[in-house]
Amino acid sequence: MTEPVTTAPREASDPRLAGLRRLAIVPAYNEAEAIASVISELRAFDPELEIVVIDDGSMDGTAGRAAKAGVDVVRLPFNIGIGGAMQTGYQYARDHGFDLAIQVDGDGQHDPQEITTLIEPILEGEADMSVGTRFAGGPRYRPPFARRVGIQLFARFVSLIVRQRVTDTTSGFRAVNRRGIALFAADYPHDYPEVETTVLVHRHKLRMVEVPVAMRTRSAGRSSITLFQSIYYMIKVSLALFVGLFRRHSTLEEG
Amino acid sequence: MTVRVSIFAAIAALILLAVIFELIRSRRLHERYAILWLITGGVILVLAVWRDALGKLSHTVGIAYPPSALFVLASLFILVVLLHYSTVISKLADQNRILAQRLSLLENDLREARGGTDGR
Repeated sequence: MTEPVTTAPREASDPRLAGLRRLAIVPAYNEAEAIASVISELRAFDPELEIVVIDDGSMDGTAGRAAKAGVDVVRLPFNIGIGGAMQTGYQYARDHGFDLAIQVDGDGQHDPQEITTLIEPILEGEADMSVGTRFAGGPRYRPPFARRVGIQLFARFVSLIVRQRVTDTTSGFRAVNRRGIALFAADYPHDYPEVETTVLVHRHKLRMVEVPVAMRTRSAGRSSITLFQSIYYMIKVSLALFVGLFRRHSTLEEG
Repeated sequence: MTVRVSIFAAIAALILLAVIFELIRSRRLHERYAILWLITGGVILVLAVWRDALGKLSHTVGIAYPPSALFVLASLFILVVLLHYSTVISKLADQNRILAQRLSLLENDLREARGGTDGR
């Protein structure tokens, strides 16, 4: 790559990125306040990073704001949930032949600067999926008590299943290579997908690593999770993990 | 013979739970829709085995023959499941309508973009 690099961020000058088509998948549900700044931050971080916003049936003009910022916007006809929205993004990545896909939440909680750290294991060929964790060695993050217990419970359970230490099963800040894109485009959990995808990746013999990253508190909007949803979350994910143990998974074919 | 009824109810509940499990495993039933069924099967199983609780429960609501209470409860759960499904069907019908609308508008746009006048 022979770019006239002066103020360009480190990303653009990394020779490993030459010819590597990379996509930021930004799922957004009613994030009209935050979406434009998320897009401009991503652009500032890496001008060659292509961006697709998956608008999951927002009612507040999220899609319009994103389109105005000049990125591709995939508008789902109604809200299908984060799992279906993310899978749509991976199908977009697959159909457009991307080599690297990075999930970045539309609410601004993921700092684009951390993408450098996030994609490092993939560029090094050490992993098929890289997950940004808020716990392993990174700056301290202390969620509310109930949430912390839930996260730790699933972290233990998942660590046991995948026989590898996993600290943050709920992080949606992830990057995958072509194999990961192919897998997720074909198979992705319906709702609350983060925990299950970790196991899914293991089951398909893909390699996963966690890297410590700092995350921000939500810059706009608010978390939409109610008590009832938290209970449903715990039950649904536990059930899916348990039943998943008895499923036979074929290893993903190359290609 | 209430013992026999209990055994029968327990076996029925176990079969129900096994069928639900297999349906989830083979991906013919989403976890989302399985939870109510699992609760139903679980409660029937617990009450069938734990007969003291069933006796107290039937006494409280004034049912002379405890196993009847078990089946009353089972019917109640089935009602809840059916009601839940009515809401699910309503949502699906809405989504189906939206999909049909989006698809037909899209077809129209596509025809216009192609500049065709035949309209198939």
